[in-house]
Amino acid sequence: MLTSPAEDTEATVVVPARPRPRRGVSFRDAGPPVALIVIFAIFAALSPQFRSVANVQNILDAAAVLAVVACGITFVLMMGSIDLSSAGVMGASALAVALLVENNRNGNDLGLLGIALAILLAAGLGALSGLALVMLKVPSFMATLGVSAVGLGLATLMFDGVQPNISDAMLEGWATGRFLGFSGLAWIALGCVLLGWLIQRYTRLGRYAYAIGGAEEVLALSGVKVAPFKVAVFTLAGAFYGLGGVMVTSQLGAGLVQAGKGYDFAAITAAVVGGTLLTGGRGGVLHSAVGVLLITVLTNGLVQIGVSPYWQGGVQGLIVVAAVAAAVIPQRRRNQVVK
Amino acid sequence: MSIDVEEKFVTPPPAPVPALEVRGLVKHYPGVKALDGVDLVVRPHEVLGLAGENGAGKSTLLKALVGLVKPDAGEIYVRGERVRLRSVVNAAEHGIGMVFQEQSLVPNLTAAENIVLGSEGAGVRGGIYRWDRMRRLAQEQLDKIGSHIDPLARTDSLSFADRQMVEIAKVLRIEQRSQHPPVIILDEPTSVLEAKEIETLFAQVRRLREFASVIFVSHRLDEVLDVCDRVTVLRSGRSVGEVPTAGAAPAELHRMMIGSTGSDDHYHDNVATRAETPARPRLVVRGLSGRTFRDVDLDVHAGEIVGIVGVHGSGREDVCRALFGAEPTTAGEVTLDGAVLQLSGTRAACAAGIGYVPAERKIEGMVGPMSVAENMTLTRQRARCSGPLVSPRKQASLVDSWISRLSIRTPHRGTPIQRLSGGNQQKVVLARWLVSGDVRLLLLDHPTRGLDIGARSEVYRLMRELANSGVATVLLADSLEEAIGMSDRIVVMSDGRVTAEVGCPSGAKPTPLDLVKEMV
Repeated sequence: MLTSPAEDTEATVVVPARPRPRRGVSFRDAGPPVALIVIFAIFAALSPQFRSVANVQNILDAAAVLAVVACGITFVLMMGSIDLSSAGVMGASALAVALLVENNRNGNDLGLLGIALAILLAAGLGALSGLALVMLKVPSFMATLGVSAVGLGLATLMFDGVQPNISDAMLEGWATGRFLGFSGLAWIALGCVLLGWLIQRYTRLGRYAYAIGGAEEVLALSGVKVAPFKVAVFTLAGAFYGLGGVMVTSQLGAGLVQAGKGYDFAAITAAVVGGTLLTGGRGGVLHSAVGVLLITVLTNGLVQIGVSPYWQGGVQGLIVVAAVAAAVIPQRRRNQVVK
Repeated sequence: MSIDVEEKFVTPPPAPVPALEVRGLVKHYPGVKALDGVDLVVRPHEVLGLAGENGAGKSTLLKALVGLVKPDAGEIYVRGERVRLRSVVNAAEHGIGMVFQEQSLVPNLTAAENIVLGSEGAGVRGGIYRWDRMRRLAQEQLDKIGSHIDPLARTDSLSFADRQMVEIAKVLRIEQRSQHPPVIILDEPTSVLEAKEIETLFAQVRRLREFASVIFVSHRLDEVLDVCDRVTVLRSGRSVGEVPTAGAAPAELHRMMIGSTGSDDHYHDNVATRAETPARPRLVVRGLSGRTFRDVDLDVHAGEIVGIVGVHGSGREDVCRALFGAEPTTAGEVTLDGAVLQLSGTRAACAAGIGYVPAERKIEGMVGPMSVAENMTLTRQRARCSGPLVSPRKQASLVDSWISRLSIRTPHRGTPIQRLSGGNQQKVVLARWLVSGDVRLLLLDHPTRGLDIGARSEVYRLMRELANSGVATVLLADSLEEAIGMSDRIVVMSDGRVTAEVGCPSGAKPTPLDLVKEMV
């Protein structure tokens, strides 16, 4: 935001300068998108392969699952909670969907209904995290870690030693079919981001999730019962992870227990890089979507310009830490405790 | 006060049923009687001022009125009907709402959402926000108080004064829950406002009176007299007077707030003569400026206790924190024993021999679950070490010697500090700066807050001993009497500036009223 010089001279030291009311996008929110454009431009300049249409399609396809998972986790992070359950929840839904649509293990052929049931199972696991948090007062870190293990356990039971390969044409088509140049998965991810944004902007659930991260005690003082909203947020997040698991199954053509491996921390990283604070109250689905693209472009770009795979993990980590450090610069001078 | 006001209020019309009445309210906290039989009457459409010193029980009373504190005894009547207030929502249903001192808005929501929070009504249907309705609902509330805030602005982008307006607009939503004219409580609403903003607020308070009753709490008596019809004065948990503001003099109210004993001698300095202060002060502060204070000059000699007094918002706490490097400064020079101090951080301050006892003992002063010994040696690790390692034996003997010297009552040096009483906790916190033996300047921010009288006098004795051993002390006292009793010199701050300096030697102490004149 700009301040006119006239205002600057009027400002006194005793009274903090009066901030101007703000409705739109703040300067700080602009950081990650700018970083995305800059990083994209650098890779595009360095590597002709990177800037090819085929590669951009690759990037979006690769970002799809992470974007859906990040949508879910964003709501949890907005509340100031954390969610480590996505890996387990995705595993459970991946196995469930693989056994419910046409497959080589049983005679099921439920199609869309099977997908819906798998997502429902995932939502139930999410609700379990939320209930443990509000009823048993288990911190979300531990509650979701436990639920992740439960999800993996369920998935292992369903796996039962024999990998279910799917032959459902529609589900396989999600990963292989293309519309306007992008895979079905990319379109689904886009739809999820849009849906998530609508929830965040236009529903009580979304706004309260945001408010809980901002000042939970104020909600209580205003007579809002917070607990049901917390459970609902974890349930919603679970549903998104469930869809993510289904999408992985579509990619692999088979249900694997490890379908969600690595997505838990990748999604948190993406959300934070995009500007969603772990302490809650800031950021949102669009922020996280930008974060997902940042991470994916980074991974893809490092490969394209020929950085040795041995280096990639470390370089990516450094860039992530740098991005987060840049985001908290305004807070650094204050005598603040960071944990 | 003008004459027509006097005519209007000296003889009130035949008393109507009070909008709110409190009878004999009592509330005990461990070791403290916060409310000791408070009586209070709020008439319909009046602005009642509530005055009292720190610790007089104002905030406890207000919390009881909005259902945040459950009184031990006594009754609350709303429009003649006895009520039991269980929660803020419950109080709102009875038409009582409060604008909290610490603002109670969700910073990252829009003003509109904050205004309707918890009672969105038509603004949300089936869980879906209808922003247009929401904005209109909020606009209605803002129109009531004539505010021109954009309802869709993010709350944390509004100025403090505007946020206060949002709070008032929010509180007025209780009309939606109760059919009767509401009672609005404003707790210290002016403490952080500028003069112009205060005028706006007062205009709103006068407007509120047309359809509500108002309880107005402020430290600044001139404001209370300006905006209120009557004032109820609280002192040590009791109502000690009820005065129509028309014709009331601030001095008279002050006498009621402070009590008849103008000079409490019990913590006066007994040391008859002290060595003549050396020419150069130990601490010299020149032109120190920061976020909430400006051009502060301060001298403290070795062995001297200098009290800084001022109302809430005077900036004295921030000056204290700035000297410890815990609050950024924009200008000024600080020297300690002639050496220029870089106020770069708390570590540098510790190294320079500055000790700080923070007001928030439980949050900033101690690590609750850690032992007495660990809390005491938290700052100067070296004192308990042999080489690079902590030496348990050295630590134990050091800590035990201080436990006995300060007569800290603890079962053992290994007892978690949170199990000690407040006074003993505070002694451990003070001892932290003594174990190193090289503390030159002590900054004490409300060192006796929350302590009972016995513990207070022990802390006073300790402060005296330290001063006599040559430590320079800056004291932010809990009350004016404490500042007067303990200090050798008092610096008065108001609105971030030093407004007066009053000598305070033993035997020639100023009265609280002398100081109050400079504070308001």
